[in-house]
This record gives sequence, structure tokens and C-alpha cells, in this order.
Amino acid sequence: MKSILLTCALALFALAYAPQSAAVIEAVEFENPKLEARYRSLIDDLRCLVCQNQNLAGSDAPLAKDLREITANMLKSGASDTEIKTFMRERYGDFVLYEPPFNAATAFLWLGPFALLLAVLVGLIINIRRRQNEELLKPTHAMNDGERVKVRNLLHNSPELDSGHQPGQNRQHIDN
Amino acid sequence: MRSASKMKLKYLIPLIGFLAMAVLLGIGLTLDPKAVPSTMIGKTAPAFDLPLLDDRKQNFAPKDLTGKRWILNVWASWCVSCRYEHPILNELAASGAVPIVGLNYKDTDPEAIQWLAERGNPYVATPADNKGSAGIEWGVIAVPETFIIDETGTVIYKHSGPITRELVAKEMWPLITAPANPAIQSP
Repeated sequence: MKSILLTCALALFALAYAPQSAAVIEAVEFENPKLEARYRSLIDDLRCLVCQNQNLAGSDAPLAKDLREITANMLKSGASDTEIKTFMRERYGDFVLYEPPFNAATAFLWLGPFALLLAVLVGLIINIRRRQNEELLKPTHAMNDGERVKVRNLLHNSPELDSGHQPGQNRQHIDN
Repeated sequence: MRSASKMKLKYLIPLIGFLAMAVLLGIGLTLDPKAVPSTMIGKTAPAFDLPLLDDRKQNFAPKDLTGKRWILNVWASWCVSCRYEHPILNELAASGAVPIVGLNYKDTDPEAIQWLAERGNPYVATPADNKGSAGIEWGVIAVPETFIIDETGTVIYKHSGPITRELVAKEMWPLITAPANPAIQSP
């Protein structure tokens, strides 16, 4: 039983790490290895519009094949990455890019997480400060003499905490 | 007493947060994730020059219809949802309100010709885009797609997917019958 489970787990790992693009993509010949590297990174960054959760590199839709061909031909004729991305954006919109550009519509997407983090941090600091103030102002400790004696005895018996008689507010209270 | 009501309000915050989130996600569920905002609207109709399906010696180019308001319908004989919208295109053509051009996308001629013979031909011209290159210029993602182009050659409307009678009545008809924008027409 254990070995079956282990095999299944291993198979899942193998699937998860298998290069998905290798299966469908046609070979494109480039004389220049730099061009080929740019081709690979471009088709990784561009979305297939037919199967929308795949990039051009991973899709076997006919439109994805056409767009890969256009990408390769534009690269060979000397187009820059920006020119190719502009070509795609003019036809299919920002959606064709896996990394959305920063503009009014995507500002919330880009800045939202940071704004949320900032809000949480500010809230946390305010909350901690308020609690500290409340703790200082709490009258309950001063009233309960029995507990105060207990605390003093505990502190006194603990060699690490009782580091000499430093004059402090709490200590003065205890000594009263 | 004040602090007690304050405490109660404090406990309501997570509930309010949850409800806000639920409403937001609920709205998200009603949206179509496949709907991609079109980049073509407001742009000049992309040019192409393609031979006609029924007469390879003749060509059609969008500039041929400059000065007219017209519809470009992208279709293919292999496209299933094109079958649903075809009767509506026939009705629209019969009304005589607007010329419809049928861009035959990534199709083979015999099948496309037979398809039109069986179902009726609503098109004033059927340019054959066998390789889909004109489709890429028009940003076609999946057939059928329908565009309305105004007198100046500007794309004013795009619909992805089959058109319905309701869509024609509500969205397309007002654009088809609207008078030409004089500000654009006389430069």
C-alpha cells in the first residue's frame, strides 16, 4: 500500500515538473541562438487567446501556431521585443500579455497588495500602542495587594529577572 | 455602556468584511471570463485585399465600402455557432438596411460554397481568408465575430460569438440606422 502511494506521489511530481511546452510546439530554426532565446521568452510571455490559461508556447490552438509563426518571422526580420508585443497588443489588447502593464485599469491590481500591507501595518501599530496605553492606565494591579506581593516574591526568587534594585515606577509601587 | 456597544461593533467588522467580499466575488461570478475587451473599436478598419469565394478573379478590400456603413461577419463552414447566427444574418440582409461582408476564415472553398448554398447567402461579398491573415489583422480570436464599420472606415462595434435577435435589436440596429456623424464625415 505504502509503495503504491509513493509511486503515485512520484508520478504526480514528475507530471508537475515536466516541461509542458515540449509536447506541442513545432521546431523553429534560428541561425542565431540569441534570437532563439528571445523567441522562447516571447512565446512564454504571450497568452494564447483561444485557450486563455495557456501561453503561446504551451498551446496547440491554430491561432497560437499562427502567432508563434508571426513572432518568429518578426524576430528574423529584426523587430524588437517591444515591437512584437505592440503588434499583439494592437490586435488582442493588453490581455495578450501575461504580465499586465501598469495603467489606470490595472493600478489596483499592482498597488492593491502593497496598500493592503500598509493598512495592516498601520492598524497593527495603532492597536499595539493603544493596548500599551491601556495596560499602563489599568488600575487593577494597584488595587490587588495580594497579587502584588506574589509577583514581588516571584521576582525576588528569580535570579535572572531580579537584577538589583533599579528604581522604576512599578518597583516603587511594590515597595510601598 | 458605550464601550460595550463599541465592542459589539468591533465584532461586526469581520462579518461586514465577509459580506463585502461575498458581494464582490458574487459579481465576479456573473462576468464572462472569456470576454476580452476589443481593441478595434474606434480604430480604422484594418486593410486586406482578398479574392472572393465565388469568383477568385475578383477581390474585396474594406476601402471598397468607404462612404457606407457596413457589417463584417467572420465565419467558417467548420464553425458550429455560425449555424445559429446564420438565419439572423439572412434576416438582416433581407431587410436591406446594411451590406454584410462575410470574411470566410481559415476555410476551404468547396465546403464554404456548399455551406452558403445550403443555408442561404446573406453576404454582398465573401472574401476568402484561407490562411487567417486578415483575421489576425482584425484581432479575430474565435469565429463568429461581427463588426460594424461606419462611413469613414472606422470600426464602431464588435461582437464575439453568435449574434442573436435580441442583440441585433438592442445593440446593433441603433448603430446600423444611426445617421452618420457629421463631425467625422466632413473633415
